[in-house]
Amino acid sequence: MTLREATAPRARRGPVSGPRPLPGWAVRVVSLSGLLAFWWVLAWAKADPMVLPGPQAVFPRLAAEAASGALWLHLGATLWRVVQAFAAAMSLGLVLGVLMGLLPQLNRWLDPWLVFFLNLPALVVIVLCFLWIGLNETAAIVAVAINKIPLVTAMMREGARALSGPLSDMAHVFGMSPVARLRHILLPQLAPHLAATARAGLSLIWKIVLVVEFLGRGQGVGFKIHLHFQMFDVTMVMVYALSFIAVMLAIETLILQPLEARARRWRDA
Amino acid sequence: MSLQVAIRSKRFGETIVLRDLVFQVARGEVLAVLGPSGVGKSTLLRIIAGLDGDFEGQLRCEGRVAMVFQEPTLMPWRSALDNLRLTTGVDARQSEAALARVGLAGKGALYPGQLSLGQQRRLSLARAYAAKPDILLLDEPFVSLDPALVADMLALTESVIAEQRPATVFVTHAKAEADRLATRQMVLSAQEQTCL
Repeated sequence: MTLREATAPRARRGPVSGPRPLPGWAVRVVSLSGLLAFWWVLAWAKADPMVLPGPQAVFPRLAAEAASGALWLHLGATLWRVVQAFAAAMSLGLVLGVLMGLLPQLNRWLDPWLVFFLNLPALVVIVLCFLWIGLNETAAIVAVAINKIPLVTAMMREGARALSGPLSDMAHVFGMSPVARLRHILLPQLAPHLAATARAGLSLIWKIVLVVEFLGRGQGVGFKIHLHFQMFDVTMVMVYALSFIAVMLAIETLILQPLEARARRWRDA
Repeated sequence: MSLQVAIRSKRFGETIVLRDLVFQVARGEVLAVLGPSGVGKSTLLRIIAGLDGDFEGQLRCEGRVAMVFQEPTLMPWRSALDNLRLTTGVDARQSEAALARVGLAGKGALYPGQLSLGQQRRLSLARAYAAKPDILLLDEPFVSLDPALVADMLALTESVIAEQRPATVFVTHAKAEADRLATRQMVLSAQEQTCL
């Protein structure tokens, strides 16, 4: 047997013949260009920039808003709220979810609470937080986090339930320390669930942050959308919405995807 | 005496799985535990390993315990070297030596998924070897392997035990494996336990 034959089954490469597939970034660029073209065609067909402005109307306004500094101020305010709510919801949801997944007794008692909070409408939580805590930053972050914690908890509970019993036995027999077990046994098994939760969480959180800002903050993308909505300025509504989607795409591409690739390096080896 | 076991009873619900089981294993001894499936061999090993504390009786385990499981039970997300280093606490040089001892020299950087099943079994044995155990527990480590690999692993395990001389409890259902490795044999049956 030659070396090539011996190693072939492990190589996991695609078929040798046929066109080479485009790299991931190129697919992304082409796909997003298609979306832009689709928008342009819709705007052209509607032919009313008051209702649906095309890219040629939105991008100059976007550039002007960026040049004036207003865009960065409001994007920054929204992003900071997203980061705070995300950190709070992920850490609390992770601990709660893992505990509920590992301790059936605790799960029995807390499961009805989880179902209650999962089904509590986001709008109700936001309104109640503003009424109870006041129209301030704390209320905004708490409202978003409360909306998100149940989903993180439910997803992490599933991750904890799928933990390997034999690996945990092995760690026990060999006397691995609690920190080593957390780092080398628990977290690597939870990593795919964490990545999925982070991704789902981030997109949900920024949408809720916008509602919070729409209802009761004086800065941020949601506030600006509210303002321009009242003036029926569709172009500016699109300027702010598109800007923040761009920010989220950048976070996904530059932070989440590399982290995920790092966590699954051993699978691709 | 490294290992002293005195189990009055171990039950799962109403069913008594182990009863009146008393034995000792000294350093350098290999006790084979034989018996049909479901008779409680693995339960006994779990009790000795400290994984099951829910039994009536006493257990005295002196020193460090290491175990070779039925499956390799490796961390697939850590390299072969890290699998030894992180579980046993030995340094990289000692881990390399343990890998070389089981014929895996130079494979330290590979993940378990990049090793063949035979190599994964060797890595699992290397982990127990690196731990330098006072008590070594073997839970049917050669089950579902082809005969050539069983012979290979038996020889390797035999030499590792001869070198470190731990008190060994070897659970198996293969009499030939027990005859090869064990200094004493114990047969578990559903009715009674016999110590030969």
